[in-house]
Parts: sequence; structure tokens; C-alpha cells
Amino acid sequence: MIPASFDYTRPGSVEAAVEALAADEEAKVIAGGQSLLPLLRLRFAYPTLLVDLGGISELRGVRDAGDALEIGALTTHYELTRDPLIAAHAGLLAQAAGTIADPAVRHRGTIGGALSHADPAGDLPAVVTALEAVLVVTGPGGSREVSPAGFFADYLTTTLAPGEILTSVRVPKLGDGWGYHYEKFHPTAQAWAIVGVAALARRSNGHVAEARIGLTNMGSTPVRAGAAEAAAAGAEASAAAMRAAAQRADEGTSPPSDLRAAADYRRHLARVLTGRALARAAGI
Amino acid sequence: MKITLTIDGVRYDDDVEPRLLLVHYLREHAGRTGTPIGCDTSNCGACTVLLNGKSVKSCSVLAVQADGASVTTIQGLAAGNGSGEDGWHPLQKAFHEEHGLQCGYCTPGMILAAVDLLNENPNPTEEQVRDGLEGNLCRCTGYQNIVRAVLKAAGSTTGAGVQA
Amino acid sequence: MTATADHEVGRARTRKEDARLVTGQTSWTDNIMLPGLAQVAFLRSPHAHARITSVNLDAARTAPGVIAVFAGADVAAEQGSLPCAWPVTEDIVIPNHPPMAVETVRYAGEIVAAVVARDRYAAADALELIDVEYEPLPPVLDMPAALEPGSPKVHAEGNKSYTWSLANGDLDAAFADAPVVIERTYRQQRLIPEAMEPRAVVVAPVADEFTMWSSTQIPHVLKVMLALVTGIPEHKLRVIAPDVGGGFGSKLQVTAEEVLALILARRLGRPVKWTESRTEGNAAVHHGRDQIQKIRIAADADGTLRGLDVDLLADMGAYLMIVTPGVPLLGAFMFNAIYKMAAYRFNCTGVFTTKTPTDAYRGAGRPEATYAIEHIMDDLAFHLGLDPLEVRERNWIKHEEFPYTTISGLTYDTGNYEAATALAKDLFQYEELRKEQSERNAASAQVRLGLGVSTYTEMCGLAPSRVLGSLRYAAGGWEHAAIRMLPTGMVEVITGSSAHGQGHETAWSQIVADELGVPFEDVRVLHGDTAISHKGMDTYGSRSLVVGGTALVSACGKVREKARVIAAAMMEVAPTDLEWADGRWAVRGDPDQGKTIGEIAFATFAAHDLPDGVEPSLDCDATIDPDNFSYPHGTHLCAVEVDTETGWVKIRSYVAVDDIGNVINPLIVDGQLHGGIVQGIAQALFEEAAYDDSGNLVTASLADYLIPSAADVPSFTLARTQTPSTLNPLGVKGVGEAGTIASTPAVVNAIVDALRPFGVTDVAMPCTPERVWRAINNALPSPGETPPLQPPAQNQVDGGGAA
Repeated sequence: MIPASFDYTRPGSVEAAVEALAADEEAKVIAGGQSLLPLLRLRFAYPTLLVDLGGISELRGVRDAGDALEIGALTTHYELTRDPLIAAHAGLLAQAAGTIADPAVRHRGTIGGALSHADPAGDLPAVVTALEAVLVVTGPGGSREVSPAGFFADYLTTTLAPGEILTSVRVPKLGDGWGYHYEKFHPTAQAWAIVGVAALARRSNGHVAEARIGLTNMGSTPVRAGAAEAAAAGAEASAAAMRAAAQRADEGTSPPSDLRAAADYRRHLARVLTGRALARAAGI
Repeated sequence: MKITLTIDGVRYDDDVEPRLLLVHYLREHAGRTGTPIGCDTSNCGACTVLLNGKSVKSCSVLAVQADGASVTTIQGLAAGNGSGEDGWHPLQKAFHEEHGLQCGYCTPGMILAAVDLLNENPNPTEEQVRDGLEGNLCRCTGYQNIVRAVLKAAGSTTGAGVQA
Repeated sequence: MTATADHEVGRARTRKEDARLVTGQTSWTDNIMLPGLAQVAFLRSPHAHARITSVNLDAARTAPGVIAVFAGADVAAEQGSLPCAWPVTEDIVIPNHPPMAVETVRYAGEIVAAVVARDRYAAADALELIDVEYEPLPPVLDMPAALEPGSPKVHAEGNKSYTWSLANGDLDAAFADAPVVIERTYRQQRLIPEAMEPRAVVVAPVADEFTMWSSTQIPHVLKVMLALVTGIPEHKLRVIAPDVGGGFGSKLQVTAEEVLALILARRLGRPVKWTESRTEGNAAVHHGRDQIQKIRIAADADGTLRGLDVDLLADMGAYLMIVTPGVPLLGAFMFNAIYKMAAYRFNCTGVFTTKTPTDAYRGAGRPEATYAIEHIMDDLAFHLGLDPLEVRERNWIKHEEFPYTTISGLTYDTGNYEAATALAKDLFQYEELRKEQSERNAASAQVRLGLGVSTYTEMCGLAPSRVLGSLRYAAGGWEHAAIRMLPTGMVEVITGSSAHGQGHETAWSQIVADELGVPFEDVRVLHGDTAISHKGMDTYGSRSLVVGGTALVSACGKVREKARVIAAAMMEVAPTDLEWADGRWAVRGDPDQGKTIGEIAFATFAAHDLPDGVEPSLDCDATIDPDNFSYPHGTHLCAVEVDTETGWVKIRSYVAVDDIGNVINPLIVDGQLHGGIVQGIAQALFEEAAYDDSGNLVTASLADYLIPSAADVPSFTLARTQTPSTLNPLGVKGVGEAGTIASTPAVVNAIVDALRPFGVTDVAMPCTPERVWRAINNALPSPGETPPLQPPAQNQVDGGGAA
């Protein structure tokens, strides 16, 4: 399968990229291309122009920004799994990135690409949701910051305006007492998640003081399991208590029914996996 | 678009369509047909090559994205022209000795994925080998002898990784 | 036949094939480049069933780089009908099957137009410029519904292709007063073969002669069929199967793409290439399995089988391909498996649907049969409270009873089910695992353990021509081999088998080394080119070694006899004074005096002193038709852990003990088993070709059709027992399909075994976590209650006095 024709530009700066993108309504951004190229090959998309961010060195790498990490949009999944700052302050991101697709895809795929692609079955959208990351977006009018909830609009759809590019992801450093776990349930190793649970838990005095849970593939966007978070907060740090809190994990979600699973099974999985992820995150 | 690549140690300067896939560039422009194509969705891994030393699926990289890069294919892995077993990479030898291939269609990608795996982790466990090869599908071997081959090569590849 | 220092046969030789395969020096069909080679791309129907109302090719014809564009009407006069070589009954319906649809499309993926362009990019672009208008017709997707009188018709002749039956013994008597009758319906889901190399074909016309390179398992059969379909005289055709990247039956076919590539090359007078994409292939390569199996057994109270009654619906898909209708027949003889019984009845109806045609896929009919009988034997054991291996032992043919003629009429030559099972139990630590299982069940553990049993046999080595003829198969089952002795003593072997990963170049060299007393390295095996190997029946049905290997042994014997006469002249003794010893002709009683085949070959080349009337050649060939099938068997045991909360299934251990007779190369045999086992596991756990309600294939890519990776399967423990076949001189039985046939029931039986405490009697394949979870939860009385430990009352079980 072969993509339809398109023009291609590889700007050297974010400004130039924004300019190129703003000039052509049918233009698309390409970073690692691991989501886009299969779509182009199957001719599910017909962009007139690809704006390749690959030449913009300022979008690469992870920087310590005080109480947060500033992760360039071009940082690859592979780099997320290897970066010492991520390991120290946002280990959930490293763990989840290590479950994406396979090593070759992880060498090319980027965090900015994965988030902008906005596939609710992707792993990183739920992870940045749980991490309460800030997404930094740059467009013709300058930069703006947006929360994950404000960024993910629908299935494969973001709130990025024409000409806007996701340039970095600011992830607050996890403080003392926080643990994390990404529980991914997928039928084969390289398959997408049927359901994934990104859980963070802060433990204090034998209790879970605070929990944050992002769910993969439980709706058209990544969702927070708010009811389960509330139920976990203040609960005893035990497997039974986490399992009990997790009974509310699917509240407010609207999971799809598709080839892989029916919605009711997804709801069931969300509850079971949330219990397991919370227990791991809380060090139980 | 004009691009410059080094493929298995040879420099190529070319003018290509932006939509040209790297794997088609390798096969049909550079004549490196050792890298086959097995799918459209980057699942099978048959087309895996090393791009600047890291495994990638060459069906999911545009040739223009590889501008300036160095590519290692299965045909560039052995020392010399690859016709004598003596020059084979330890993984080529191990796949042969452990019968880690049958039809051989997945083999180029599987071996290059394994090169990358051992570069990252020179002494993997069986489970790490299996996980590390999750992006490369084989329909013949049931993987058992592939895993054995990689574990065997792990014992002999110290310093034999490919730097591209 | 065990290896000795002097014997090649039995040695774990590393493969000759590998040198080109591990270095990328391969000759896949898509690698072939020729001057002026044009690229073909096919437009395929997006509808499962529709009438083509108009086709507009104008825009595509004027697109850049386009050489020609054709619709069905343009080739209708010359394209013929794709062949079905197995009209299983006299009144079978074999619909016309145009390679390119002309008026009606009957499955999504059927070809409706072709573009020939200067390269594949231009061809892909031009496809989008073709405008085809369709009038949709109702899809036909469900077999039972398709047989209802009011169903929409796939073909004017109706949706039934044939009904084929086999019966032996008094079935009514067997069931009439049987203490136990168990009836089940199993579903063999539709599978996609997914050979790693997508198909490709290149055709080069020179004057009125044509060379075709194709990724095929059957160059010889293909050549004959192409001649019959296109009218091109057979001697003007040459078919080459270069390196072929796996087949598993999917390349045992005469395809629309091959016929059309030939026609287009002839039309245009230039070489053309077509290369399949995976997504295209998932819809267009023939699929496998897809049967609804209604199976009923009658047994005595002690579990002794009395009778077996099988009623199949087999989905043909939209058309009959080369052996489509015959696939279930290969299973017909296998439902009774290794078991003795007094009566058997088999009935199969082939049904047309608007789906991709089905045909042979690894095992072809036999995995389906083995699954059903091995599953219901477990159900019988559970019903009687017996261990699954115990109920099998009460029914299987004892080793001293061979040769044994089964209820379906086959005569099994040798076997030892007791030995294979005993070894497997031991390696598996069967009793220890049963104990652990009981403990987990007693503790209501969240993760349960299940043990699956599969004591399979199969008929392979296809096949005796007489039997094939009696089953109305159009061709024979013989095989050909030839030896060319070169002057320097090197040997060229020509085989009618056509390897695509099996390692024939290595195994054949081992056989010839022993037969002719030459070094392994001095043998070269040539295959897959009809101009070199002029006759053959190719590779499928685990036949290459059993039939082709026998032809090879026979040809070598002839070479030796020719050499004997010349050796005698060289040593000035009578031929009767010579004996073949230590790989050469030696004078009886004077072993120092002898001649090797190499020495004799050189003397033959010089031809200076040959006896009168002796031709200066050692070359010989042989064509062998087997008298019987061959019957490998074995015992596979699988332990699974099932997470009852999520339905997740993990294979914890897997032991396979196979009896495939003598072994030429244990390395290759183990490899065949590993791969076969994983393909069977894939059917049990992962794979299904799924269609939506309008008849579109949902699992169109490898992102949706899940084939397992290394991370999804375990390592296996293999062992062998060995009862040599008495049906061929090598004593071999075939191993290409054994693993796949055995493993699917072993895995599913293990899952069901783990879930018996929940009242589960079956989980539909593939046993996805969701299906496992639903099986558990549908059967649970209500949350919180203790699961029933007794076998539940089942409406499928009647009689049942022994429960």
C-alpha cells in the first residue's frame, strides 16, 4: 500500500513549521510518523503537505523545569523509557511508554505525535491525564497551555486549531510518597489496549492519601476515573480496599463496543484492572 | 526532494518523491532487496532495518525522513560480501545453527531487531528476548528456535553490535 | 534409522538454504526486476455482493505512467474460469469463477479492474481514478440461513454446493440403547493463513512463450492449470517458484492474479509484476476452516465408544477454488481418529456465502476433525467422571492391533499410542499438575489450572492416486525425483516437491548422501522450476518426504544399478560379483577393490571403456505413487492458567510427544512442530477472520487479525516415540501439519478443563479473554455462590445413566 502524493517540508524552527502549517488547510504534521504513515499507506488520509518536525532540535529532549519536567514533543517513546529525569520524576510515563507497540515503533514514535493523534486506545493520553500534565501548544498567535481534558476532544480529535502544534508536555514532578502503575490489558503483545489503567497513588500512614487514575479506551477520549479516585482517597492501603474503590472505576465512562470487546466487558475490566493498578501504585 | 543516505556503507544521492517509503527506496532505488515487505500497518516487522543504529520498520519511514541517515540492512550485516559463513554476524550464525528460520521471509527483520535488542541488553533473559521481538512476526518457527538463537548469540556478541 | 558416524540420515544438519536467507541474498518473486517490467494493481470490490452496473476507466487510462487499464468485460473472452479440481460428488454445483468479475461480485475483495503502470506508485494512484458503480445485493453470511429456502442466492444455482456422505456400521443400533449419548456443536472459525510473504507474480512473455515466477507451493500443478484455463499450450509455459516465504496451503492455489497477470502480459507483450499488499491479501487469499460441526457420540457406561455421527456445514465462500470442496473430506476419515467403534456416519454440506473462498489451510480438514473428536472425548470423560486420558485409552487402537482398519476405512500401518502417551504424561508431570489443579479448585483460587489432552493422528503423505480418484479428485498423488550425476562426482537432485521453508535442500541432500555414498556437501537440490523439474505434484499435505522422498530413494537405487554395471567393467569383474558396501560398489570378498559413485561418474563421462550396449549416463529418475497414506500420531498435553477475573489465559507448559516414524533431520522436525503448534494455538486463542453484517472483512490488516508474536507464546517440550512407517522405504510419516492438528484441541481442552467447576462445557474459538470471562459468568448461578463442582445437567447429554 502506497500513500497518495503530498508535498513535504522540513522546517528548522517551530515558527517556520507553524507558518507552513497555517498556509495549507490540508497540511498535516509528521513527527515519528508511526501513526500517520500506516494511515497514509491505507489511504485513510490525503494531506496535501506534510510538515516534518524532525529538523527542529528545540523540540527534542527532557528538561528539568523546577517542579516539573518539560518534555519536548519530539521525544521518542524509546527516550521516555531511558531518560533519567523521567525515571526519577515521572516513572509512570516511562513504564507506559515501554508498553507501546514494539521497540522499532518506539524508536520512531514521539510523545507529541501520540498525544496529537488522540487515539483513545493509545497509552500516553491516559497517562498524561493521570499525571495532570500541561500540554504546551504553539500556533500563529503564540503559545498557550491546555490541560489534557481540554486537549482531547473526541476520537482521533484534539482542540488544536489550524496551524497549531503541540510543542511540549509539562509534567509535574511526583513528590514523595507517590507510586504509580500502568496496567495494560491487550490480547497480544503488540495489540492496542482493550483497556488500560494509569494509576498514581500517594501513600501516607498506611493509607492512600490521594489517587489519580486515567483510563485508556474507556471512551472517545482518555478519562479520569473520578469516582474511584475519591473512593480510594483516605482508604486503607490494602488490596481489598483498592478493589473496593475500583468498583467505581467505570462510572461516567462510555466505553466502545468493537471487534476486541463489548462495552460491558470493558467496564468490568476497568474495575478489575483499576483495583490491581491502584494496589501496585500504592505499593501493596 | 534531494536526499543523501548511507546504506550498508555506501553513499547514495537521489531525488525522490516525498511519499516514497524508505523500504521502497531500499528495494527499488538502491537495489537492496534483502529487506522484504510483509504488511501495511507496521505490525509484521519484516522490513526492519537499523536507522542510525536503531531498529525501525522501513515501511513506516519516508525516504525523505531518512535524509542524512545511515541505514544498515541484512545485506550490510556480515563482514565482506556475506558469501562466506566466516564473515557472518554472530546473530546470522546463531539463526543458522539453531534453525531459527524456515521460509526466511521474517529473518532479515528478525535478525536486525535482535541486533538492536542485544545492543540494548547484551545479556537478556528468555522473557526479555520474547518481549524484545514482539514487533516481528514469524509464521513458520513458532519462535522457539529464534529465541534460542538470540540467547546463543548473546553469549558471543560482546562488542559485535552494529554501529551505524 | 538412527544416525551413525557414517550416516547422514538422522543427523541434525544445519540447513543449506540458510546461507542465502540470513544474508538477504534471496529471490522472492517481488525481488525480480526485468527490463521494461510494468506493475499491475487490482481494484477490488468493496461490496460483499453487488451487480456491477457501470465501469468507467477513462480517467485512469490517461493518468501519468499508466500503460493500460482493464475491466472484466475487456478480458471476459479470454480469462476462462478458475479451476476446481475436486468435484466431490456427481451433482456438485461448481459455479463459473471468472478471475475478474464481469457482472456480479460475490465477496469483498473480488477483482473488478486492473491497472498496468510503469511503477507501483502510478498503479496505486490510477486505481483511485476508476469509477465503478454497483447495485448492492443482499449479502449471504450465515450458513444455516443460506440453506433456508427464502435465502438470497450467491449463485443462480443456489447456495448448496454439494452433500457428501460416508457411513459404515449400524449407527442406529449403536445409538438406540446407548447408556451415554453426547451431542455437541462446535464452531471452526474462519482463519486467514498469513504466510509472511504476501503473494507476488511476474510474467515475462517472449514471442509466444511465457515464464511465470510466482510465490506458489505448486509450480507444476499451476503450469497445467494455466494451460487449461488460458489455452496457452503447456509447452509454451514455464513456471518458477523462486524463494517462497511460507504457504501453509494458501499458495496451494491457482489464483485470479496469476491468470490475469498472464493474460495481461500476453495482451501487452511486456513483462508485468503484481505484488500483493497484506491488506489486499487478507481479503483475497483463500481462507481456511469455517465449519459448523454437529457431532454426536454413543458410548457404553464404561466409556467404550459405540458410534459417531458427524454433520458438517462447510463454508465454501463465494466460489470453489482448487480443492475447496475436498477439504472437509480430508477430515471425514479422521473424526474417528485413533478410536475403535462399531458405527460411523459422516455427512457434509458445502455452502456458498458471500465471503472470501475457503480452501486448504495447514492440516486442511484434519485439524477440524481432530478438534471435534478430541473435544467431545473430553466431554465424555467429564460426563463419566473419568480422566480424559483414561477414556481415550479405553477406546484407542492398541499397539499390537496394527495394522488396523478403521471404521472410516483407512488402514493404519503402525503406531503406539500407549508409548507416546506414557512419555508425554511423564514429561508433563501430569499427576502433579492434576493435584495442583484440585488444590486450586478446592481453594476457589482466582487463577485456575486446566490440563488439555490431544491424542491425535492424521492421514498425510497425500496421496495414493487410486484413492484420490475414488474420491473424484482430478489429479494423482504421485511424485517424481531425478538424479543427475556430474562428471566430478557431484550430484544434482531434481525433485517434484516444491519447498517454501521446509528445508528440502538439506533433507534431500542427507538422503542422497546415504543412498549414493557421497558427501552431504556434494549434493545440490534443484526444485521449483518446471524447466528443470519437469514433473511433480508439489508440496502440501505433509507429502514431500513421504512421497517425494520415496521417489528420491527409488531414483538413487536406479543410479546405483546403472553404476554397478560400469563399475564391474572398470574392475573387470561381473556385476554379480559386486556388493554395495560403505557407499561404493566393492568386489565381494575383496573389499579393498571398489569404486565410488564419483569414480564411476567420471568413467561414465569419459565413456572410453563402457561395455557394449551400456549408455554413457548414470542419470535416472523415478515416479512413485504411494499405496496408502501415512499416519503420524502423538500425544500433546497443555497446561493453562486462567484468570477467572479477567478471562486471561496463559499457557503454562506444553509437552508434545510425536511419532512421525523415522526422522531424517531432527532439527527440521522440531522446527516444523514448533511452528505447527503455534499455528494451532493461534486458532485456539487469537485468530478469527471476522465479517460485519454487510459482509466486509473487519480483520483486514495485521493490526486487527492478531497473529501471535514471540511474546505471546511459550517454549515447548518436545519428545518423540518412533514406530517406523511400513509404507515407504524411509519409514517416515510426515510432520508438516502434525503440530497444528494436535495443538488446537489441547489448548481449548485445557481451558474448558480449568472452567469445568464453573459448569462450562465449551468456549468458542478463539478463546479470547472476553469469551472466557463470559463463559464463566454465564454459567455462574449468581454472584457470591459457590460454583457447582458436579457436572451440570446438560440438555445436550441424554441417556446418561453413568453420570
